[in-house]
Amino acid sequence: MSATIATTAPVNTGPNAVRDSWTMLRRNMLQMIRYKSLTLMLIAQPLIFLLLFVYVFGGTMGAGLPGGDGRSDYMAFIMPAIVVMTVVSVSLSTAYTIALDMEKGIVDRFRTMAIAKSAVLTGRVLGAIVFTVVAFVVVIAVAVLLGYRSDGTVLGWFGVIGLVLLMTLALTWATVALGLSAPNAETASNTPMPLMFLPFLSSGFVPTDSMPAGLRWFAEYQPFTPMIDTLRAWMSGADAGSDAWLAIGWCALIGIACYLWARGLYTKVRAH
Amino acid sequence: MTTEMTMQAPAIEVADLHKSFDDNHVLQGIDLTVPAGTVYALLGPNGAGKTTAVRILTTLISGDAGTATVLGHDVGTDPDAIRLRIGVTGQFSAIDELLTGRENLQLMADLNHLPRQQGRARAQELLERFDLVDAADRGAATYSGGMKRRLDLAMTLVSSPRLIFLDEPSTGLDPRSRRELWQIIRELINEGVTIFLTTQYLEEADELAHKVGVLDGGKLVAEGTPAELKRRVPGGRVDVTYADPAALDTAAGVIDGATSYEQSLILSIPHDGTLDALQQLIGRLDNSAVTGLEVHTPDLDDVFLALTGHRPQSAEDSPETTTETQMTEEVAR
Repeated sequence: MSATIATTAPVNTGPNAVRDSWTMLRRNMLQMIRYKSLTLMLIAQPLIFLLLFVYVFGGTMGAGLPGGDGRSDYMAFIMPAIVVMTVVSVSLSTAYTIALDMEKGIVDRFRTMAIAKSAVLTGRVLGAIVFTVVAFVVVIAVAVLLGYRSDGTVLGWFGVIGLVLLMTLALTWATVALGLSAPNAETASNTPMPLMFLPFLSSGFVPTDSMPAGLRWFAEYQPFTPMIDTLRAWMSGADAGSDAWLAIGWCALIGIACYLWARGLYTKVRAH
Repeated sequence: MTTEMTMQAPAIEVADLHKSFDDNHVLQGIDLTVPAGTVYALLGPNGAGKTTAVRILTTLISGDAGTATVLGHDVGTDPDAIRLRIGVTGQFSAIDELLTGRENLQLMADLNHLPRQQGRARAQELLERFDLVDAADRGAATYSGGMKRRLDLAMTLVSSPRLIFLDEPSTGLDPRSRRELWQIIRELINEGVTIFLTTQYLEEADELAHKVGVLDGGKLVAEGTPAELKRRVPGGRVDVTYADPAALDTAAGVIDGATSYEQSLILSIPHDGTLDALQQLIGRLDNSAVTGLEVHTPDLDDVFLALTGHRPQSAEDSPETTTETQMTEEVAR
């Protein structure tokens, strides 16, 4: 008990956004490794949908596609939606972990330290990006093992990766904001759940023109549809046309709006 | 505390600090000064405004009116300068339970921009110091309440702050963990660290603080050293234990101003602390009926009662379970 506690002078010279965000990212990566059940479940979620749709519904659904004839065509058709679900799945965990931080005292600790204000949130978003890339690679690899073949060009796949990153940014800022606005972690894990169902009400699993009028209108105008259509075009070697701009526009709009929302929520400190 | 240190500029200076949440006036004009190298305890029941005061001083929220200066920097205009130099252990556990104890300390070292090697050494030093070496590489979720509290405090100390805020440090700890925590705090005091702590436990303020501020309903109702505060309450009491209820009743009828506690068979008699009065009282007691006698000098509990008209919680009870009967037992003890 002889080691002195308070002899060395502080070396911290003040907040450093890059360094502090990097530290927070490392913390989040460690959490992902520690919280294996959540990490594995998040990667498993899109894979379960992939297996379910390809092997349970695939035969019938594929036959129903215009010009399609069977399971492998249907797999190619839903791959963009599976990719989107991968992004959504990871972003959902961010809402939960952010709310968990807020619920425990640790964010108050960070706030009383001279670290960049943005670091707690950007660390989470960067963590989500790393996690999404890992999950994306796993999902594509499993799909290839199951017989998925892409006609996309190299450039097309770069576009796919770019759009996945953009979608991750947009959706993660949205779930960060939802996590910050939730009164507790349980609520935070439930509120963003509708995000998981939105891809079903899009062009992801069936062509929108097979839907009844009202639903069809919704499916054609909701943000996931241009994202999925763009991914589908680039993954199959086609030109995405105006859908690509629409997809990028939606991502930018959601991302910037939710970033501002999240920043406002984080700065506004709780009364007690 | 050394005299040399009290000569320095005060570590904390608060003048006429106000804070309201909507219609709830939590702080209604607080003035206090904490000299460097001393321990100040803000004492008060739940809802007195202790945590709000700490949250303002640690730059988490801002006050509505008045000024607060910490280590020479204004909390409103220069929060980062304060954040660089203080350590805060809040009321709720501020550790990352998914990480190990060592990783939590390493996280603090990184956020304080300690060089890698120095950060590792600091983490190891604190693990040893806080008796957490065996649990260092285990997830913090598996720690006991006392261990979590120690890790929490160790994390606060990674940056070697000269001023530490402890908001109800021993709330929820068992008596043994509480004493361990006090020991650590005492060592910090010996190293010249300034400490601002809040507590609802009088015993804790009495044990640790150089100066105690009694906060009640958003106002400081008294301030002074524990000894000074105790002197403000005239006299104490003598508790006489009787063999049976009949003897207790008889004695209660004879001695003026006495309060009898049927269950514990104790007669509590006001006493001004002089030997004469004690001799007189003993002369009036019936030798055969009395089984015990205890002279009770006033403690901070009595001070609190005298100043605020109500008793705070006892250190050994959790805040929710303090009831009238337990207070009686406390008197009996």
